[in-house]
Amino acid sequence: METVNTLMQLAAKRFKVDAATLRAEDDFFAKLGIDSLKALDLLSDVEDKFDVEIPDYELQGVVTFAALAAVIDTRR
Amino acid sequence: MIDLSRISSVGEALDDATIMYKSATALIEIDRNREKERISYRDLRADAQRVTALLCASAPVGFPAAREQEEAPFRVAILMSNQAKWLVTATGAFWAGATIVPLDYKLTAPEQVALLRHCRPAVLVTEYSTWRKLDLSDFNNLRVLVTEAPEGESLSGPAGIAVERWEQTAQRAFASVARRRSDIASIVYSSGTGGTPKGCQLTHGNYLAQAEVLASMYPMEEGERYFSILPTNHAIDFMCGFIVPFIMGANVVHQRTLRPQYIVDTMKRYEITHMALVPLILKALKERIQEKLDELPSWQRSMVDGLTRVNELATKREPRHELSRRLLKPIHDGFGGHLKLMFCGGAFVDRDAAEFFYRLGLPVVIGYGLTEAGTVLTVNDLKPFRGDTVGKPVRGTEVQLRNSNPEGVGEVWVRGPTVMAGYLHEPELTADAIQDGWLKTGDLGTLDASGHLKLCGRSKNMIVTEGGKNVYPEDIEAAFDGVKNVEEICAYASSYIWPTGKMTGESLVLVVRPKDGGRVDDASSTVGLGLTDAVIAELRARNRRLTDYKRVAGIIAWSREFPRTASMKVKRDPLKAELAAHEKVAIWKELPQ
Repeated sequence: METVNTLMQLAAKRFKVDAATLRAEDDFFAKLGIDSLKALDLLSDVEDKFDVEIPDYELQGVVTFAALAAVIDTRR
Repeated sequence: MIDLSRISSVGEALDDATIMYKSATALIEIDRNREKERISYRDLRADAQRVTALLCASAPVGFPAAREQEEAPFRVAILMSNQAKWLVTATGAFWAGATIVPLDYKLTAPEQVALLRHCRPAVLVTEYSTWRKLDLSDFNNLRVLVTEAPEGESLSGPAGIAVERWEQTAQRAFASVARRRSDIASIVYSSGTGGTPKGCQLTHGNYLAQAEVLASMYPMEEGERYFSILPTNHAIDFMCGFIVPFIMGANVVHQRTLRPQYIVDTMKRYEITHMALVPLILKALKERIQEKLDELPSWQRSMVDGLTRVNELATKREPRHELSRRLLKPIHDGFGGHLKLMFCGGAFVDRDAAEFFYRLGLPVVIGYGLTEAGTVLTVNDLKPFRGDTVGKPVRGTEVQLRNSNPEGVGEVWVRGPTVMAGYLHEPELTADAIQDGWLKTGDLGTLDASGHLKLCGRSKNMIVTEGGKNVYPEDIEAAFDGVKNVEEICAYASSYIWPTGKMTGESLVLVVRPKDGGRVDDASSTVGLGLTDAVIAELRARNRRLTDYKRVAGIIAWSREFPRTASMKVKRDPLKAELAAHEKVAIWKELPQ
């Protein structure tokens, strides 16, 4: 739970939305109105914050905050 | 001029290369700022031989004695993102006499499994993270070689699937298997922009003919570096980022992350000379440079403009790389300072973008090809550069227009040494696509007096209006191209789907994704979606400039990234379906005729 909350805060900060409106099961592309290139920027923030390295291909098929949090957790 | 006439297979050409250039660097792989691999041709040879030995253990009974591969096919599927192991595996597989099946790593796991089910490979080579997502439970006798599996991880698959590490030492001796020009070298699934994927069977002869043409027209030298960023499964990167550089002793560079900051950094650090792009990326690069130029103080801007004009005059007949580099150094430095050539294809290339780069001394080679017929059928030879066409047919290839209309627009048919053997398991489809050796491309175009081909659109995308006029959506999209604050657009006929919900009264609609658009669930107003009055005014102005029957009736504002194929073409049907499913949150706005 902790990972997904931190992740949503990072996303809220980068894309300037209210973190309280984000839910773990949200499709972050649709919710944040971002494309895959912008999602890669979010991945860079994630790497800095969690001190992990996530290859680009790990994002394939990942669309919800919860799924991305799971990817982060397997890498920590 | 490169002569490959005495070579009978791709494997043989690669074999020669690893002997001829042995001390030169073949591959460099970087992950972010770290160089992970630097492989000489000598090392490539040793590692590919190890892969050959690993693969040979899986060859079906009867292979290679059964010369007709359809009787005992030995297929090796490669499902990997761009990296050195991709090319090592492909080289090893060619030496094993296998038919390789390059699969798109950007597809979803169920889509990848469906393609594997279609081609039934003996071996699948894939990355650990990809393998974990594949459900292979209904496969029998499949061997999976997994790269980069974490240490200590025990690899096991469902019953009937043997899972092993790619990095293991081979237990057998290396033994290469010779192939003939008429043998199938690869099965490449045509992404297409709709419909069922088709497995195009390309022969060794197809590849050798294409490599000979490209290597002769755009030779690379030992030490020159190609930066591989388009997926290697795609025909352009497979040819320009694997076969051609290897047969010329050049160096292929892979960067494991495609985040923009690392791409630019790699181009500088590794002095990249060649790369291939799709039109969408070319356009994005153009916009970035344009923005930087617009920020310059006026005196500096005039200087850049002046130097650009000098460069334009000096390169009127052909590119002059060294001169352009000296004249426009700061711009060239932004691309690493050594870039000589960019290949661009896979979808409709924006003429403005291509001309923009040529003026700056960064030539863009525009070509036209199909998965069904190698990488390029026609290509611009840069003597002189023309951004308005896809060039002339390459040596050995013939282009004809059939069923032309009074304006000279006809269906493009091609014949030549790069046309595939046929679609896998689809004799009827093959018979329909290839007639008397001529491949029906499904594209529409015109030929000018000098033999240059201009494309108008895909015949299946073509819309016939109620007035009987033909409209090409690509044409309309070009008219709305580059509107400020608009990220992407797609034109189509609304037909019976949303918003009208009726079969009659078909009208042209433009789907618009505004830049920094809002979010799908709070799109209560057009402004919320980033569709400002200024954007609408510009769209209206552009619309008015079109001939009446080409004008769009309205726009749909949409905030999701358009679905695209591996070569970044918009997938029109999936986009339409997505819109139909979300009609309540998209915004419809009429544009006056």
